[in-house]
Amino acid sequence: MKKVFAIEEFCLACHLCEYNCAFSHSGMKDMVKAYKSGFQPARIQVEESGEINFALNCRHCSDPVCMKACITGSISRGEDGVIRVDTNKCVGCWTCVMTCPYGAVVRGRGDRKVALKCDLCTESGNTPACVEGCPNRALVFEERGDD
Amino acid sequence: MNYVVIGNSAAAVGCVEGIRKVDATGAITLISDESHRAYSRPLISYWLSGKVDDERMYYRNEDFYEKNHVKTLLGVRVTALDAAAKTVTLSDGTVLPYDSLMVATGSRPFVPPIAGVQDCPQAVTFLDWDSARRLKGMVNKKSRVVVLGAGLIGLKVTEGLAGHVAGITVVEMAAHLMPSVLDDDSAAMLQRHIEKNGVSFIYEDPAAKVSGNLLTLGSGRELAFDVLVLAAGVRPNVELVRDAGGTVNRGIIVNSFMQTSLPDVYAAGDCVEAMDVVSGARKIMALLPNAYMQGEAAGKTMAGAPEGFEKSMPMNAIGFFGMPLCTAGDYDGEAYVKIEEDSFKKLFFKDDRLVGYILISDVDRAGIYTALIREKVDLKGVDLELLRQRPQLMLFSNKADRKRIVAGGSITQ
Repeated sequence: MKKVFAIEEFCLACHLCEYNCAFSHSGMKDMVKAYKSGFQPARIQVEESGEINFALNCRHCSDPVCMKACITGSISRGEDGVIRVDTNKCVGCWTCVMTCPYGAVVRGRGDRKVALKCDLCTESGNTPACVEGCPNRALVFEERGDD
Repeated sequence: MNYVVIGNSAAAVGCVEGIRKVDATGAITLISDESHRAYSRPLISYWLSGKVDDERMYYRNEDFYEKNHVKTLLGVRVTALDAAAKTVTLSDGTVLPYDSLMVATGSRPFVPPIAGVQDCPQAVTFLDWDSARRLKGMVNKKSRVVVLGAGLIGLKVTEGLAGHVAGITVVEMAAHLMPSVLDDDSAAMLQRHIEKNGVSFIYEDPAAKVSGNLLTLGSGRELAFDVLVLAAGVRPNVELVRDAGGTVNRGIIVNSFMQTSLPDVYAAGDCVEAMDVVSGARKIMALLPNAYMQGEAAGKTMAGAPEGFEKSMPMNAIGFFGMPLCTAGDYDGEAYVKIEEDSFKKLFFKDDRLVGYILISDVDRAGIYTALIREKVDLKGVDLELLRQRPQLMLFSNKADRKRIVAGGSITQ
């Protein structure tokens, strides 16, 4: 399946992928308004050291430990291979946060303390917002056929 | 192939899903003494508090059994296992043959031998949905509640009842709360937080006697209660396998394929002793993630695609009154400690490996630490300062390793 991959040599650590991710999942039309209303955290995270930078989101693992470990049964894999959280069922126990080896499940804030993770923007049907908005093509959405 | 699964929680569901990954057509019969369809046991305290309603209790969708072609026998107990004849006998007298059997019988509450407790109608345990329902029916805004045991169950029932009752006192034999999960420093931080929610604690003063509505402790101190919750631990349900001649210690003994000593009899979840990947010791690690993964691996093996599971380890993601904590592994080793006003971090290192951690409040990306423990990653190849700062994949300073892992490769080197 197609996934988001980072090219660390190109990443400028500008964090635009995070803003675009958070905005595209906010359900709002205006980024400034969405930002002011308090974003939920992005489901992609930039790691940066100055010399080395890369963005990371869910790997949609073939053997997803988050899904197996989930105490409520809220994490499942769709027929499209995408692993999603049913945020209505999730109680925010963070077992997925404790078990994802990539640190790719994030904790929702405020009155939505539920697990949030990359859904490859399948709800919008567009290319993932993180990839679409990356100014230096440090993120690609492609099939690598290794799973 | 004719599979029989005893149990209907995480290990049993994992087993069914494991079987169906390999064998789409073999007959599966699932037997449970509970009459509910599969629900999440850890959610009973959320249900008790009202945070989760009936509909959100279920661990799988309503069509789970139908989709997986599972015949269910709910509200029936398995009373005997005959490993030679390959049959199980049910409480209604039915004798069922099997080709391959999964024993996922879980555990039951341990009722401590306190004088008078057996005859006390206000003394209840808390482990399954029915027990939560019973407890809910017993309490009101005026109830004085005493909880015996400050382990995971004791504290979760405390959280579930807080705000719905007049007051809660937790009595613990050990010197601090969650003695098998937390050290004294982290327990102290959690205790301060829980106390803010109107809960009080008594330590190192074991319950001695129950008489009427009065609990007497070893010191002679008396506590009046309207409801007494017994949360003094659980005992694994090993009897079926033991009585059939299978090898049992505290839990049912299994190999890495979750096979018991009886032919074609497998076991998984809270009733088994498995190898702890961190300490190498054989122990009961009664935690849902282990149960599911053991059950799933067993299911695949039962269906003819043997898969060992050797990644069981102690780990807990749990929160109380909005304060999250994650722990994993062993606390035997050199500690890195960072304790602040309301956050806590201890990392334990041994022989160039991360072997355990305790995190309170900031648990973000803890799974990276968990993976380093689980996969026994040699830390000679990583940037230790980055590792101590926070969980991050940047700690892999070898570019090829880092790029492979970031792309979705295993964290093993």
